[in-house]
Parts: sequence; structure tokens; C-alpha cells
Amino acid sequence: MEFIIVKFVLVVVVFLVSLGIAAYSTYAERKIAAFLQDRVGPDRAGPFGLLQPVADGVKMFMKEEIIPTHADKGLFILGPSIMMMTACMTGVVIPWGSTLIINGTEYPVQITDLNIGILYIFGVVSIGVYGIMIGGWASNNKYSLMGAIRASSQMISYELAMGMAIIALVMTTGTLSIGEIVKQQQGMHWNVFVQPLGFVLFIVCAFAECNRTPFDLPECETELVGGYHTEYSSMKLGFYLFAEYINMFISSAIIASLYFGGYNFPFIDQLGLPHNVLTLLGTLIFFGKVFFFIFFFMWVRWTLPRFRYDQLMHVGWRVMIPLALFNILLTAVIVLWQNGQFN
Amino acid sequence: MQLTNRSEVVVNKVMTFKERLYFPAIISGLIITMKHLFKKRATVKYPEEIRPVAPIYRGLHVLKRDEQGRENCTACGLCAVACPAEAITMTAAERKKGEENLYREEKYAAVYEINMLRCIFCGLCEEACPKEAIFLTDRILPSGLNRANFIFGKDKLVEGVSNDARIDISKRTNAHRTD
Repeated sequence: MEFIIVKFVLVVVVFLVSLGIAAYSTYAERKIAAFLQDRVGPDRAGPFGLLQPVADGVKMFMKEEIIPTHADKGLFILGPSIMMMTACMTGVVIPWGSTLIINGTEYPVQITDLNIGILYIFGVVSIGVYGIMIGGWASNNKYSLMGAIRASSQMISYELAMGMAIIALVMTTGTLSIGEIVKQQQGMHWNVFVQPLGFVLFIVCAFAECNRTPFDLPECETELVGGYHTEYSSMKLGFYLFAEYINMFISSAIIASLYFGGYNFPFIDQLGLPHNVLTLLGTLIFFGKVFFFIFFFMWVRWTLPRFRYDQLMHVGWRVMIPLALFNILLTAVIVLWQNGQFN
Repeated sequence: MQLTNRSEVVVNKVMTFKERLYFPAIISGLIITMKHLFKKRATVKYPEEIRPVAPIYRGLHVLKRDEQGRENCTACGLCAVACPAEAITMTAAERKKGEENLYREEKYAAVYEINMLRCIFCGLCEEACPKEAIFLTDRILPSGLNRANFIFGKDKLVEGVSNDARIDISKRTNAHRTD
């Protein structure tokens, strides 16, 4: 019984935190965009504009709900629903912290530590592509369809390189469970030092998977009006935009836990604090890392221009994948050499 | 003919390996944007913060009163004639007995309207005025939601009688003086 209550609380907290962080990412995005361009950004709603996400949410809800006459109504509604659902599902396997000891029982601060956690994330993210594709298809609009086609081909292309970058990581860690991978990185044994090339590949692919600049072709306003969500309005559009920010948060969390030690930080054992305090401290550190990567996503967005479509495909298939394969080969050789197979 | 020294000869050169890595370029770009994060903001938060304007700034008009609080305007119509945008219209009326404290001379403007959407703030009305009645001030025309609100009548143009309701035009008038 207690187990179920703890898990339930954890699920609710993770859900609310992802929604809250996604909402405030929109605010952060606008503020950071403004600061990087020597502007002030939203500052009218509340102190420093902190209520801006609330105002945006109210605006989204109050807008007229339009379903185009020629759109396929069922699929039109299904699109954003899938997008939102898959975005919220990925947070399940992320280890938000070490373990909490309540009444003598140890509970991991992770909803569930699947032994195939990474595969689970890849699976769920792949379903997310359907959200975009179905939405773009159901809109019955050429720009939406274009955006959807671009999005799906881009996401499929980059998923390959991303998966291969992960394979190299799995070869060194020997496990697919994210909780286990984080545990192995205790102290400063972060995977980014073991797999620098893999990390670069992974982060570039993460940008492409999240449809963030410089890979934001699915919704490039200059060519496609709005991209796959051209025909969407009101909260259905809100869901698409919101899901994107949740995805950004989750991919930052994945980058932080796979390559930057998750909740681990140096000298964690020398502090001599109680276990639960250490866990909370680790969770804070983890969120600090996540926020840095969210900031990095935005920082890159306001630095780099968008790729051309052929450049995008060129980078995906002729640069990322060969590099990922090379990384796998290199890792394999090093792992074998360390195991003494060459002696 | 070369006009500036900014032109660059375009060469279709092959990129070096370092350039094809893109990362040095991306990192230098990131550093540039990061520097901007700490730069001074260029924004002027308008209603709270007003940018300084020139002393002779030509903003919203004012219809002046004299020292005794009487309207200077005699509805001669020279400003309306001078106005290149044809923004000024007025109706003249004769001063009745007992109105000497309101209007300086026997004739006054019963209606005086400036269409602020037509006005180009050139200041020719001020130059044409023989009675020192109309002046442009450093106030800024407020925004509005419909066209009718942009036709400013006497209620918005004439300054108040009390000392603190008077609108200061000394900066602009002094700037014109040469002595």
C-alpha cells in the first residue's frame, strides 16, 4: 500500500513539475531571446513578467476552437493528444534523484527503473512522430503536410544517429537502465569524459528530435506559414507548443543523466550529510544541470540560423551516421583492449 | 567606381577541414551571443521612462491663455490657412457682455478642432499665429482606438486657468530667440 502511495505521489509530482517547467520554459525562452538581443522581454504581467505563462495559457484557452471543414476530425484531435501524451510519458524512467528512506524503507526517486529504460524512451519518442504526422495529415493543408513530412523524415533520420550514439554508450556501461547508468557515474566519472564524440552526436540529434533551431524545419515560418500546426488553433495548438517544451525539458534531463552524471556531483561522499538530505541535494544539482541544458537549447536557438533541407539530410545521413558508426567501432576496440582481448 | 571600402571580392573557395567541422564557428557564435546577455538593454520602457527630446520638439498643440486666464485665440483663421495638412477647423463667435474674463478680444473661437491624424506637426500654425495663441509643446500625442478620438477640440487643446495647469512652452519659444 505504502509503495503505491509513494509511487502515486511521485507520478503526480513529476507530471506537475514537467508541466510547470514547460510553462516557464516559454517564459524563459522569451526572456533569454530578449536578453540575447539586448531587449527586455515580457515584463508587464506580474513582477518581471513572471505571470506571462498564465496569461498565455488563458489566452490559448479563450481562443476560438477551429476545426477546418475539410479536416479529418478524429485524427485532427488525435494529433495533439498523442503529442502531449508521449511528451508526458518519457519522464517515467528518468532518475530524478538517488533514494529516499521513509520509515526504514528505501524508495528510489524515479517512477520506475525499467531495465530497458533507454529503449523505452526511444519507443515513446518514435510514437511522438505520429502526433506530428497525423496532425499535419489531418489538417488537409499543403503547408501542414509539408511540415509533417519534413518533421517525420527529419526525426527518423536523426533517431538513427541518436540510437547509434547510445549504442556506444551502452557498450561502455553495459546496461540499458538509466538508473543504473547514473549510479555508475558516481563522483566525477561522468560519461561525457568517456564518450565525448557520442555526447556531441547525441546533443545534435536531440536538437533535431526536439525540432529546435537550427533543425526547426518542420515549423519554419518563412517557408511553411506555421508548419505542421498551421491549421491548429486554441488549446490544440497550445498542446503542440507545450509538448515541444516538455520534450525539451525531458531531453535535457536525459542528456544530464546519461552524460553528465545525473544527480551525482563531485565529493558527494565527503559531505557527511544524512542520506535523505544528500538525495535532495542531488536532485537540486540534477535540476541545475537540466536547466543549464534548457538554457543551452535556447542559447543555440538565438545563435544559429536554420539549415536548408538538403543540408539537414546531408548532415543527418552523411555526417552523423558515419561518425556514430566510427564511434561504435572506436568504443568497441577500446572496450576489448581494456578487457585484455588483444593480449 | 568604388564607393566604399566595404566591398569584398567573392571567392568560391573550398572550405578547409577546420571550417567544415563548424564547431569553432559555432562556439565563437555562442560567445558572441553570450556577450550580448550582459550588454545594456536598448529598450526604453516608454510610459514609465520617457526619452529626452530636443528643446524645440514639436509635439501636441496647446491653445494659450494670457496672464489673466483669458484665451488668446481670436479665431482669425490664419493657422487654418497656413496648415499644409488642412487639419485645423474653427468657428468664430462674438464675445458677449460679461465674458471679458474668458476671452481677450471681441472675437473668439467657439469651436476649434485639430484633426491629429491629419496634422504633420510642422509648426506652421504656430508661426502664422499673430496672437501667440497656439504653440506646439513637448507633449506626445496619446494613442487611441478610434478615429473620432483623434479630433481634438477645445476641451483637449486649451490649457487650464490655474497656475499649475498652465503648459510650459518657454523651452521652445526661447530657442527661437536670437538675442
